[in-house]
Amino acid sequence: MGMLFIILLSPLIGFLFSGIIGKYLPEKITGWISSLSILVSFVLSLQVFQGLSDTNGGPAFEAIGFTFLSVGDIFVDFAIQADRLTSLMMLVITGIGFLIHLYSISYMHGDKGFYKFFAYLNLFVFNMLVLVMGSNFLMLFFGWEGVGLCSYLLIGFWYRNAEYGKAARKAFIMNRIGDLGLLVGLFLVISSCKSLNYSDVFAAAKSGGLSTEMVTAICISFFIGAMGKSAQIPLYTWLPDAMAGPTPVSALIHAATMVTAGVYLVVRCNVLFEMAPAAQQLILWIGLSTSILAALIGLKQNDIKKVLAYSTVSQLGLMFIALGVGAYSAAMFHLITHAFFKALLFLGSGSVIHGMGGEQDIRKMGGLKSYMPVTYYTFLIGTLAISGMPLFSGFFSKDEILATVFTQQPIVWFLAVVSALITGVYMFRVFLVTFMGSFRGTETQKQHLHESPALITVPLIILAILSLVGGLLNLPELFTHDHAQWLKHWLSPVLGNAQDDLHHPSHSTEWMLMGLAVSVFIAAFLYTRNKYISHASVPEEDAEMTGAAKWSAHKFFVDELYDKVFVRSSESLGSTMNKADSGIFAGLMGWVSSGISYMSGLFSKVQNGRIQYYLLYMVIGVILMLVINIFI
Amino acid sequence: MELIFIPIVAAFIAAWTGKWSRWISLLGSIISGVFLLYFFMHFNPDAGVQWQWNKPWFSSAIHFHSGIDGISMVLLILTNVLCPLILLSAFHKKEDNALLFALIVGMQGALNGVFVARDGLMFYIFWELALIPVYFIAGLWGEGNRFKTTLRFFIYTFIGSLAMLASLIYLFSKTPDSSSFSYETLVAVQLNPNEAFWVGAGLLLAFAVKIPVMPFHGWQPATYTEAPAVGSMLLSGIMLKMGLYGLLRWFMPLVPESLPTFMPFIVGAGIIGILYAALIAIRQNDMKRIVAYSSLSHVGLIAAGIAVAGETGVQGGILQMFSHGVNAVGLFLAIDIIERRNQTRFLHALGGMAAQSRAFAVFFLVIVLGATAVPFTNGFPGELLLLKTVFSYHRVWGVMAGITIILCAVYMLRMYQFSMLGESKGTVFNPLAWHEWVALSGIVLLIVFFGLFPQLIMDISAPAVKQLLILIQNTKGVMS
Repeated sequence: MGMLFIILLSPLIGFLFSGIIGKYLPEKITGWISSLSILVSFVLSLQVFQGLSDTNGGPAFEAIGFTFLSVGDIFVDFAIQADRLTSLMMLVITGIGFLIHLYSISYMHGDKGFYKFFAYLNLFVFNMLVLVMGSNFLMLFFGWEGVGLCSYLLIGFWYRNAEYGKAARKAFIMNRIGDLGLLVGLFLVISSCKSLNYSDVFAAAKSGGLSTEMVTAICISFFIGAMGKSAQIPLYTWLPDAMAGPTPVSALIHAATMVTAGVYLVVRCNVLFEMAPAAQQLILWIGLSTSILAALIGLKQNDIKKVLAYSTVSQLGLMFIALGVGAYSAAMFHLITHAFFKALLFLGSGSVIHGMGGEQDIRKMGGLKSYMPVTYYTFLIGTLAISGMPLFSGFFSKDEILATVFTQQPIVWFLAVVSALITGVYMFRVFLVTFMGSFRGTETQKQHLHESPALITVPLIILAILSLVGGLLNLPELFTHDHAQWLKHWLSPVLGNAQDDLHHPSHSTEWMLMGLAVSVFIAAFLYTRNKYISHASVPEEDAEMTGAAKWSAHKFFVDELYDKVFVRSSESLGSTMNKADSGIFAGLMGWVSSGISYMSGLFSKVQNGRIQYYLLYMVIGVILMLVINIFI
Repeated sequence: MELIFIPIVAAFIAAWTGKWSRWISLLGSIISGVFLLYFFMHFNPDAGVQWQWNKPWFSSAIHFHSGIDGISMVLLILTNVLCPLILLSAFHKKEDNALLFALIVGMQGALNGVFVARDGLMFYIFWELALIPVYFIAGLWGEGNRFKTTLRFFIYTFIGSLAMLASLIYLFSKTPDSSSFSYETLVAVQLNPNEAFWVGAGLLLAFAVKIPVMPFHGWQPATYTEAPAVGSMLLSGIMLKMGLYGLLRWFMPLVPESLPTFMPFIVGAGIIGILYAALIAIRQNDMKRIVAYSSLSHVGLIAAGIAVAGETGVQGGILQMFSHGVNAVGLFLAIDIIERRNQTRFLHALGGMAAQSRAFAVFFLVIVLGATAVPFTNGFPGELLLLKTVFSYHRVWGVMAGITIILCAVYMLRMYQFSMLGESKGTVFNPLAWHEWVALSGIVLLIVFFGLFPQLIMDISAPAVKQLLILIQNTKGVMS
């Protein structure tokens, strides 16, 4: 189907356009053309989505490009598809992608690398589409590494700053650790299924062609890949550092789309994961630990983007909790609502940073409510959505996950509720400290403070509306009978019977759980309000912190640990081997040089001219003899 | 035939023509390329060895026997595409370097000879001939301890070559009536396990030195570093493929009896070499040394993949020989361009050049990504096939080899970061000259094109590889 290729290629054309001639055009033209290239994909994605609502499952749309590799038992086409799962991802990627492109036209205004920024952003959208639209695992791997590359380029976008460059490399390398896991998974799939096509692999798994050990090994390998891309323990430390990139990048890549690739991968392979309970347990507990650890770190960060970054890590952990109990549609639901409100929060923080002239420390903000009303209200909606304010999108998607977990693993449920509580606390902290109270910045900053222009506020407003009503996608049965669980039904062809064995709690239990969620939300709000509004306390300086707070502020010293254990050790190993390698030389060198002096002694007796030239002429003579010999 | 003699004749003319040398060399190099293009257009991958040219040479036993099959074709394309680019990269050198251009184009002829030889002794002669130009390039235009380094390089490879010659002669003595060095006769020779071991060891030594595989790499880092840029390009881009080609074309079919004995060692040495060289590369400050060790790391994987003697591994190896050739030449070219402008190639003295030349920053980035084997670049498909092969051979080896994708990203991005990004440390970057534009664009196009369509190369070599593998299997079957 040609339409699929247009969806895929439009951002690529945008990339080539911005990259090659964007430099010579005015900012506005470059920015708008590359935004339009995403809009084209979005509109066509809507059509695909429309087309899929008529069919009852099956990969409705497929398109095969060319044979990429055909060697031995490896046969891979460059082929794309769009089923119901893919179409959701496509809408999120191109829809939010388009809004963020618009936003960037204003946000990146005046930057020397304006055209380059849009080129990279388009390239990212292209790779992300390859990731979700590929109809085999190799295509997924293409996109997977491609988005990692774009992430690297965009984190290090302001390349003069060496720190940013370091953050970019850290992101790329940590992702590659995960990629190795994914690659091993691919090899296992090839050797056990003789194919990389989704349809073949899942059919083989369903027909019982794979042993449980094999499926478990494949799933764990895939999950290692997901750990890297979706920033789960132990591979999460790159994501907070990735905030070095421009804020629209954080919103698009490091909140809404790329980091959810791991979730997509697991949902895509739900057939396999359902057959590997051990892998599911691993996912559940890794997701849970990540969710809590990241939330705890988020409590004490003062950089507005860092808080949001840890929040993203924590929310991704929540999605993996859902995947761990097999609640795939719930995970997708949270993926979508999270894309709405986290993109909103990041773009809002970008608007704040823009207004503050580059300041990111919330201790130096305060009282921005009156200066930036649109940013204030939209940020408020984002905060309420993520903290689980009833009827906001985050409330429903979180509730869906928690309710499912409750029926299966009450302990996990309890810990996840704790994580949700902490989320509420750090989000309100950021919100209140930034927008309430009085302004704490410098006088020049105060003069400069202003609401952002329309290209920034309009995307904010649209995302705020989506964050508000996103819950409609998958309303629980408590609220409506006719349209309940739309998303779950939509995904049923992809998920098959993976969802059937999920028990939903009875209505009364569900009301109770919801009540509890509401009280957790209220508790978080009251606690934070009391601390930061009533007592007007600003977050303390780093030096004043003690005990647990200090550990949280220093991210539990995980970076330092990794640095010591992995970076330093491999570097010293490299140094030792380097010495050894030269040492072997040195030993040989003695032997060789005595040989040289002997030989040069011989030569110098013969001639004092340039020995090497004489040698060369001799050689030429020999070659001539050889040549002549052929023709006689 | 034409592929061998046109470049060599051009070399002889160019050597005496002073300032016209570079143009005559380039012309000779391109004409050879045009002939290859003609052969390629009329090439049928399924038709076995084509354009054979067979004539007795010194005696009836030694023939000048050339011919092209799919495997040869891939390597000929590599040689004849890269040599003009290498010549172009040196175009800034003018009058006094007539000999340099002549040697490069002469090398092209010798390399073509290696890749078309269908006679054992002819292979040996061209193998040695190919050594000579690069020896003089490194010895006359090199830097630092060039004499010592070149001599060491010469001694290493020469010992290897002698061992190969001894093996070939032994095989020759076993042919019926000691009558022929021709490939088919040598392949048909049956050896007992003891003979096979020693003959195999002799051949392997020559190839292992040339590739180089880990414990035999002593000559490599210093030679790559101290040779002039064109020398490093010829060595890493094309010449080390002679070793891999020899492994595939000569060692494995001639003595498949010894393959089961040697296979674990080649794979093991290859993979230890991958990690060893990558870890050293991380700690280097000299850009050429980084590329030298990265090259060592990459060829370790190719050798391991080929040695497993399966279709995936051999095809992946051929693909990766091609890609590695392009990427290595690209890297040395980029480093040379940087060094000529700054008189240094040490990372701690560089930085911030991206701001001075956007075009070069993009070219260099694509080359670095190709070397890092990012999807959509030529480095990826070959590496995928090779890693898969090693993984199927042994899972632990496979995962260890897989670590290369992490370490390679570490040293490559480190090199790019410290040379191109960050704040400038007084580095200068004059705009690219026309011949640099052509050479860089050529490389980058190859990287992207074969990143998307690797199957085009696979299709050329697939039938030949299948035949070769049958040859190996059959002889093994006879023995067991």
